[in-house]
Amino acid sequence: MADTLESTTFEPEPAGPVRVPALGPVGMLRWAWRQLTSMRTALLLLFLLALASVPGSLLPQRGVNPIAVSDYKAANPGVSPWLDRFSFFDVYASPWFAATYLLLFISLVGCVLPRTGQHWRAMRGQPPAAPRNLSRLPVATSFETSESPEAVLERAERSLRGSRFRVVTGDGWVASEKGYLRETGNLIFHFSLVVLLIGVAWGSLGGVKGVALVVEGEGFANTVTQYDQVTPGLAYDLGSLAPFSFTLDDFRATYEAGPVQTGAARTFEADLTVIDEPGATPRQVTVQVNKPLNVEGFKVFLVGHGYAPTFTVRDARGRVVFDQPVPCLPQDGNFTSQCVIKVPDARPTQLGFTGFFFPTVIDGGGPVSYFPGAENPEVYLNAWSGDLGLDDGISRSVYTLDTEKLAAVKAKASDGAPLVVPLKPGQTFTLPDGLGSITFSGLQEWTTLSVARDPGKELALVGAVGAILGLLLTLFIRRRRVWVRATSGADGATVVEVAGLAKNEASGVEADVDALVLALAPTRTSEPEPNDRESDLRE
Amino acid sequence: MVDEGLAKISLELAYSAMAVYTAAFIGYAVAAASTAGKRDDARVRADLATVGAGGPGAAESGAVVAAAEAVPETAVSDGRFPGQKAAGIATALTLLAFVLELGSVLARTASVQRVPWGNMHEFTLTTSTVLAGGFLIVALRDRSKQVLGVFVVPCVLLALGLSVTVLYAEAAELIPALKSGWLVVHVMAAMIATGAFALGALFSALFLVKERSDRRLAAGEIAEPGRVARLLPEAGSMDRMAYRINAFTFPLWTFAVIAGAIWAENAWGRYWGWDPKEVWAFITWVVYAAYLHARATAGWTSRGSAWIALAGFGTLMFNYFGVNLLVNGLHSYSGV
Ligand code: HEM
Repeated sequence: MADTLESTTFEPEPAGPVRVPALGPVGMLRWAWRQLTSMRTALLLLFLLALASVPGSLLPQRGVNPIAVSDYKAANPGVSPWLDRFSFFDVYASPWFAATYLLLFISLVGCVLPRTGQHWRAMRGQPPAAPRNLSRLPVATSFETSESPEAVLERAERSLRGSRFRVVTGDGWVASEKGYLRETGNLIFHFSLVVLLIGVAWGSLGGVKGVALVVEGEGFANTVTQYDQVTPGLAYDLGSLAPFSFTLDDFRATYEAGPVQTGAARTFEADLTVIDEPGATPRQVTVQVNKPLNVEGFKVFLVGHGYAPTFTVRDARGRVVFDQPVPCLPQDGNFTSQCVIKVPDARPTQLGFTGFFFPTVIDGGGPVSYFPGAENPEVYLNAWSGDLGLDDGISRSVYTLDTEKLAAVKAKASDGAPLVVPLKPGQTFTLPDGLGSITFSGLQEWTTLSVARDPGKELALVGAVGAILGLLLTLFIRRRRVWVRATSGADGATVVEVAGLAKNEASGVEADVDALVLALAPTRTSEPEPNDRESDLRE
Repeated sequence: MVDEGLAKISLELAYSAMAVYTAAFIGYAVAAASTAGKRDDARVRADLATVGAGGPGAAESGAVVAAAEAVPETAVSDGRFPGQKAAGIATALTLLAFVLELGSVLARTASVQRVPWGNMHEFTLTTSTVLAGGFLIVALRDRSKQVLGVFVVPCVLLALGLSVTVLYAEAAELIPALKSGWLVVHVMAAMIATGAFALGALFSALFLVKERSDRRLAAGEIAEPGRVARLLPEAGSMDRMAYRINAFTFPLWTFAVIAGAIWAENAWGRYWGWDPKEVWAFITWVVYAAYLHARATAGWTSRGSAWIALAGFGTLMFNYFGVNLLVNGLHSYSGV
């Protein structure tokens, strides 16, 4: 605490080596606490926090992009295990990052609590009496006048009160101080940071977020099984997910068609029919990128989209064994999308298809997409027959086809080139060897929606706003003290001394002293001169 | 939606502004050259004029006389100095260039019919305008700081030059993620803060130059201040200026970060996701918080805190150029 108190004046302290006093265990503890809560430690911890944040922006992070992490690990097998061991792929959830900010916050509380007590007393107390020797203050001046000391002091008091100084008078002097709100602001700022941290912690413990892919015409109910991925906070019970549901009626994306930035996205909109809780009346909501759906404390955001062509597959017997939209994953800005179709019900053998969807092809231009909007869509597929491997109980991604027990369907039985099936909407292709047929029977879009609940965010916002308000107070309010002493001189004239003390940088106390002298002096006699003997001013 | 003609006018205005800034820079360089030799002497004269004969500089009478010949008496007691005229002309040119650049920003705005903050060309153009405007505020209020244009104008030119060349992006509508009222609030705060921090960093850097020169002078390592140091106002005043600017800008930066977080919550469902852009905004914030702490910590010198301010500005620049162009994140809006 010692040097935080001194921080209110600006005399550089000789840094000197840190002395460890020879004390007992209690003394040692007290000494350690004082070190931890010193301004110097706070400064050090702030630097450490900045430094500790850096690697997370340069290395891929699991919390941000898990796929990038696996790619990185595959590309750098040497260092990755070490990076992983020291949480470099989870920097912001790592023990060392937490240690840094927790120490910083402990230091903060340890520093700010005692200051709060002091400030409380200062607020209720009075400005300190005038020091004996005013001329030794940083800003000091004096003049003589014919008025009596009492009259001068009374005018000084009035003038200072008029400038909203807090004033106390004594025998032959007036003491005043102004700008208490500065320290108030400083305390508000630091406490707001604590509130912010609590808000963040509460949100991550008691919150939940997940992602779900929904195809047009399909629905989503807020239960664990409907999510593609869901991450609850440590204190969140997934069983308590609010039972809302919605249907994705329509998704619309528009793209720049002009010559500049052709194909850049322009609008995304999803029309939802929302049922807030079982039995509630459905309501229509349009969700946009910056306009999420609010439902039962959850927010639902648009985070991604793509195409889901509908395929109808008939097997060797001519029976419809597959008829549904297949979400294809976009691979580039023009939405060339990868599709996987699994038809486990086809007989005599199961069928599979892999290939690409192109929203806009140029006829005769081959399998290339020229525009992200579905102006002239086409799919190119390879066909597979055999065992899809779905029955061994191992869960597999719907977006990849395990071709181990499958045989590629050949274009001609004789030569080895695999069959390529080009299809436009409405077209049907009959597979060779009587395996069946596939129809590109329709086109839907899908969207990924992020569903999130963060119970701490309001508190975090309160902390953030408090921090700004506190900062404004502490950075723009100037704290200063002004004293006046008036004594009768030997020749009958009254000697008036006026002095000021800045409690912070750029305090403008010179102007205060100037103004007061102007108000009190008969004519101005001398400038307030900066005085550099500040050293014995600290109370 | 987009008016190509206006976009072209915007570009032409930007090029004109560059030409005029270049002329202004030449003016400042002339002012600097004539000031560098004489400013200290002029200040001695000024001291003599107020303090009276026999002041501290009397011994250097040779130089004082030379300076006195170059400068009319009244100008000296005015706080003016040789090169003031050239600096004045250069400042007028800077003002003209600023108006042209502002015109460029407005034409771009009209062309795209939205705030001109959708890509790095637009950010950089606006930030450069803010920097020039900030400098003009300082220069028009305090003539003695006008010569600093010789340092500020090249920065303005550099930003403007980058914005119309490598960072240039054709006028276009916004991508959906940027279509939000928060764009205006967040980006405006961030851009003003960036321009202001740039100015603060410039003062910190110049303070370091001057302070070092003062120190070496005092230690007898050099006989007289170098060219740059001679040009500069008193070290303490630049230090205070840097502090004022940084202290003013810190709450603004805080606000920009918070507005960004609110926007992110609105667009992506989380207010803070440690995206690289967010990480570096946080780092900048922490470093400037450290700067303010250092100023209030016993045992830390102005020099130390000036270095922290420069480091803070470095992190800001890295966020702007490094993260936008090198690191992949959600904030991939550079438009380059
Ligand atoms: C999360 C960590 C912290 C941040 C971001 C932070 C930020 C700030 C900022 C921006 C200021 C500037 C306000 C001004 O100049 O008046 C400030 C002032 C101050 N901080 Fe902190 N602080 C942190 C932690 C601490 C800690 C741990 C301590 C105590 C050891 C502390 C003690 C102080 C004091 C005493 C001042 C007032 C200085 C003055 O008198 O002007 N802060 N802080």
